Amino acid sequence: MLAVSFISFAMFTYVGDPVAIMLGQDFTEAQRAALVAELGLDQPFFVQFLKFIGNAVQGEFGLSYRLSRPVAELIAERAPATLELALCAAVIAMAVGVPMGVYTGLYRHSILSRFFLTFSLIGVSLPTFLIGILLILIFAVALGWLPSFGRGDVVRLGWWTTGFLTVSGLKALILPAITLGVFQLTLIMRLVRAEMMEVLRTDYIKFARARGLSNRAINFGHALKNTLVPVITIAGLQLGAIIAFAIVTETVFQWPGMGLLFIQSVGAADVPVMAAYLMLIALVFVTINLIVDLLYYAVDPRLRIGKGAH
Amino acid sequence: MRIRLFAALAALCLSAVAAEARTVRWSASGDPNTMDPHSQNVGTVTMVLQQIYDPLIQRSRTLGLAPGLAVSWEQVEPTRWRFRLREGVRFHEGQTFTAEDVVFSIDRAKQPTSNFGIYVDTIESAVAVDPMTVDVITRVPDPILPNKIASVFMMSRSWSEANGATRPQNTRQREEIHTTRNTNGTGAFRLANREPDVRTVLARHADWWGWREEGTGNVTEIVFRPISSDATRIAALLSGEVDFVLDPPLQDLQRLRSAQGVSVLEGPEVRTIFLGMDQFRPELLYSDVRGRNPLSDLRVRRALYQAIDIQAIQRVTMRGQSMPTGTLFPEQVNGYAREEDVRLPFDAARARALLAEAGYPNGFEITLDCPNNRYINDEQICQAIAGMWSRVGVRTRLNAMPLGPFFAKIQREDTSIYLFGWGVPTLDALYSFQSLLASRAGGQQGDGIWNYGGYSNARMDALISRMRTETGDARQAAIREALNIFREDVPLIPLHHQMIPWAMRSNISIPHMANNQPYFRWAVVN
Repeated sequence: MLAVSFISFAMFTYVGDPVAIMLGQDFTEAQRAALVAELGLDQPFFVQFLKFIGNAVQGEFGLSYRLSRPVAELIAERAPATLELALCAAVIAMAVGVPMGVYTGLYRHSILSRFFLTFSLIGVSLPTFLIGILLILIFAVALGWLPSFGRGDVVRLGWWTTGFLTVSGLKALILPAITLGVFQLTLIMRLVRAEMMEVLRTDYIKFARARGLSNRAINFGHALKNTLVPVITIAGLQLGAIIAFAIVTETVFQWPGMGLLFIQSVGAADVPVMAAYLMLIALVFVTINLIVDLLYYAVDPRLRIGKGAH
Repeated sequence: MRIRLFAALAALCLSAVAAEARTVRWSASGDPNTMDPHSQNVGTVTMVLQQIYDPLIQRSRTLGLAPGLAVSWEQVEPTRWRFRLREGVRFHEGQTFTAEDVVFSIDRAKQPTSNFGIYVDTIESAVAVDPMTVDVITRVPDPILPNKIASVFMMSRSWSEANGATRPQNTRQREEIHTTRNTNGTGAFRLANREPDVRTVLARHADWWGWREEGTGNVTEIVFRPISSDATRIAALLSGEVDFVLDPPLQDLQRLRSAQGVSVLEGPEVRTIFLGMDQFRPELLYSDVRGRNPLSDLRVRRALYQAIDIQAIQRVTMRGQSMPTGTLFPEQVNGYAREEDVRLPFDAARARALLAEAGYPNGFEITLDCPNNRYINDEQICQAIAGMWSRVGVRTRLNAMPLGPFFAKIQREDTSIYLFGWGVPTLDALYSFQSLLASRAGGQQGDGIWNYGGYSNARMDALISRMRTETGDARQAAIREALNIFREDVPLIPLHHQMIPWAMRSNISIPHMANNQPYFRWAVVN
C-alpha cells in the first residue's frame, strides 16, 4: 500500500500542472505564485508526500482541484454506481461462465461447445470499449431497446444510491454489465473447462463411475467441486480487476462511477482525486486477496485437515 | 369499445401534456465544475450559467451588443459610463433587481478570487446614482467597457449576503460555498436540479423580462447530461435519447448529415489556431542549431509559414470544417480588416530558398509541441505540418500530449514551437493583441500573458496602449496598423479559424452562435 501510494503520488507530481488549469486564460505572475503557495506545491517533494500520507491515514484526501469538494465525499458518492455495476458483471460472469465451462468440458465435441469456444475467443480478444460501442449500436441505436448512457433513475437509501429499484435503472445496467463481464465470463468459462477436463481424467472419477454413481453426482458433486479452488482464486482476483478496470466501461457508457471520476480527474490534472482512487483500488486488491485465501479453507477440506494434523 | 374510448382519451391527454412540456435534452463532453458566476471563466461553465444569469448588456444573435438588464448606456465622461437599468426585473427567488445589485456584482467580479478580472480590469468603482441608474468609473478611458461588461453576470446582493457568498468561490479554499451548487439569477431559466457530472436540469422562468421580446422560443425545460465519450454521445443522439449535441466529432458529421431525424448546423467559432515560436532565446531548446536562434530570423518564420499547405489541411485534416486565415482573429471581432486577412502563399520552393538565404541550406531539426485534446483535430494538424516542414528540409519531431501537461510546458516557456488556439470573448481586437503580442515586461495585468514566444516590438506595444485608451477612428487606425505589423512580422503563424458544427434532432431549431454558446431562450421545439 505504501509502495502504491508513493508511486501514484510521484507519478502525479509530473502529469500536469493543476495551477495552469485553475488559473484560466488571464492571470499575473503574482497570482500564480500565490496559488502555488496556497496549494503547498512550492514545498519539497518529500514534505508534500509525508503530508499526503499523514492525511490519507486519517481518511483525509484533501479537496478536489476540479470540483472544490472533499475527495472522500466525491468517491463515496460515486462508489455505489461502480460497485453495483461490478457486482452485476461478476454475477453474469459466474452465472453464465461456470455452466458454459462445465458444458464444454463434458461435451467437448458438440456443436454448441464449439460455438461457445468461438464466442469466448471473441470475448477475450475484443477490447472492452469496442464491445461496449457495438452493444450500443445494436441495442440502443438500431433496436432502441436499451439506453446508451447513464444510470437511469436512482433511488436513494441513506447515502447509498441504487439503480436496482427502478425500471430505467435496471435497463441502464444491462449493457454496461455485459460489457464489463464478457472478458471475465470467457476467462472463467475457459478455466472451468480446462479444470473439468483435467479432473474427469483422474482416478477417483473412474472409481466413482465404477461404483455406479449417477452422471449428475459425478459431474457436479465430485468433478465440479474439485475444480473450484483455482476458479475461486481467479474469480476473486477478477472481481478486483472488474472494479479497477471499470474505467473503460464507465467512460463508454458515461456511467457515473469512480472510474469515470478518475478519467475526468486525469483530464484536469486533479491530483488528490487520482491519488485517492489509486490507493482505494490497491486497498480493494489487498482485501480481496485476503478474502480469497480465507475462502480456500471453506472450500478445500485438505487445508483444514493439514492444520489439525500438525 | 369503452376501453378503446378510454385509450383514445388518455392518448389525447398525453399529447396535450406533451404539447405543453417542451424539453430539450442536451449533451456535451464536459460538465461545468461550478455554478458560481464569477469563479470560472471557461466555456463549459458559461454555457449553463448564461441560461440562468443575465449581464447588463447581452449578446445579440450576431454577437452584437443588445440591452440586457440595462436598457441603455452611454459614456458621459471619458472615464464614466452611465447605465440605465430595466424596471420590474425580479430574481428567481423573488428579490427586485436594483442598482445595488449591479454595484455588488461588479465589486464581486473584481475580487481576487474572481476569474473575470480581465472584464473589469479598468474599473475604479461602480456607483449607484439612483435605484435604476449606475455609473461605472474607470481609471483610464475604456472605449470597450460595454463589450467587457457583457460577460459579467448580475447577482442579487441580499441573496449573496444572506448565503455568505459575497466573494466568488475560491477554487483552492477548503469548503465549497453556497454558489458552488445554487443559483439565483434573473435569466430565462432557473436551476431546478443539479447532480455534478451527471445531470443539470433547468426550468423555464416564466417571469423572465425577455420572453415578451420577439424571436424567443418555447423551451420549458433543459436537461443537460454530459457524455465524455464521443461515440456514445453520437449514439445517444442517433437513438433519440439526446436532442442536442454541442460538440459532435468531425469524423461523425458525414454520418449525422445522412441520418434520419438529425440535422447538423454549421458555423464559425471565434477561435483562431496558431503556431507560436520562441523568438527571444539566443539558442533554441529543442533544435540542432547551435549558437543562434533560427526562429528569430524573419526569413525562417516566413519559410515555415510558406511551407504549410493550409488548403490541404482544411480539406483533409479538418474535413472542410475550418476557415484558413492570415490574420489574428475572425471577422466577428471588432477591428477585423479583410485586406489584412491574406496569407503568405503556399510555396515550398520559396520556403527552401528563404531557408538557404537565412543560412540553412540543409534545413535544421526542431520539435513541435502540440496538445492532443484541446482543439479540433489538434494532433492531426500538427502531424500534417510536421510532414510539410520535413519536405522543405526542416526535420520536425512531433511531441503531442494532453492539455494538462501541454499548457504546463508552454507556460514554463519550455518549448521552441507550439500549436495553440485563441478565443476572443470580448469580441474586440485588444484582447488578442495584449495577451498574445504585448511584450511580457509590460506592466498591466494580462500583458503578454500568452506571449510564450517572447515576441517584443516597441511599435506594437505603443499601438496596444493606444487601443486601451483611444476611441473612434484613431483606435481603429491603431488596430489596423497592428494587424499590418502582424502580417509583415510573422510573430505567430496563423492557420485557421475553427468551425463548430452543432448536431441536433430535426425538430429543434436554434440560432448558431460563433461564441459556441447555445442560447435556449431562442430555441424552438416542434
